[in-house]
Amino acid sequence: MSMFYYFFKTLVGKEVVVELKNNLAIRGKLHSVDQYLNMKLDEIDVEDKVQHPHLLSVKNCFIRGSTIRYVQIPPKDVNVDLLQDATRHEHADKS
Amino acid sequence: HHLTPMASTLAEWTGKTVTVITCDGRSIIGQLRGHDQLQNLILSNSHERVYSIDAPVEMVPLGLYVIRGDNVVIISELDEDLDNKFDLTALRGEPLQPVAQNVL
Repeated sequence: MSMFYYFFKTLVGKEVVVELKNNLAIRGKLHSVDQYLNMKLDEIDVEDKVQHPHLLSVKNCFIRGSTIRYVQIPPKDVNVDLLQDATRHEHADKS
Repeated sequence: HHLTPMASTLAEWTGKTVTVITCDGRSIIGQLRGHDQLQNLILSNSHERVYSIDAPVEMVPLGLYVIRGDNVVIISELDEDLDNKFDLTALRGEPLQPVAQNVL
């Protein structure tokens, strides 16, 4: 059941915006992801720097997967049909 | 134990100064001395940076700290050169909100 792990591996090197459960939104290049969907982002940019100066002196970060609410992905980086197929297979294997 | 790619990130940062943001919205800075697969952390010479909207940044010395991985949101390598460019007395910010568990 690691479909999303493999999905995120296809996005390594791409720019994403990770929105956390504390409402912090961080834009960065996906460097790596693991089975728990922990992510490391490089070249980060906090979306609201004025409100949240906590990460001004930081270029990259490790984000614990359990704290992620959304990951925003550029549409051009995703083949939605392939993803949908993968989901079907994931469920088919279980039945 | 199989070393996941993510564990190597924390291994690279051992000995370096890191900023940890915790579930209750705190910012803790210290030298990363140890970690494990669950992101339990050992920080030495640590202090908390308290940001507020109407007062300068407050520094609260903490010393040797163990942070349980459950409470970790973000771990970042602090760029000391970048950090020194900022005037902490002038910096203002909203306190970070807490992360509620098992909710969106």
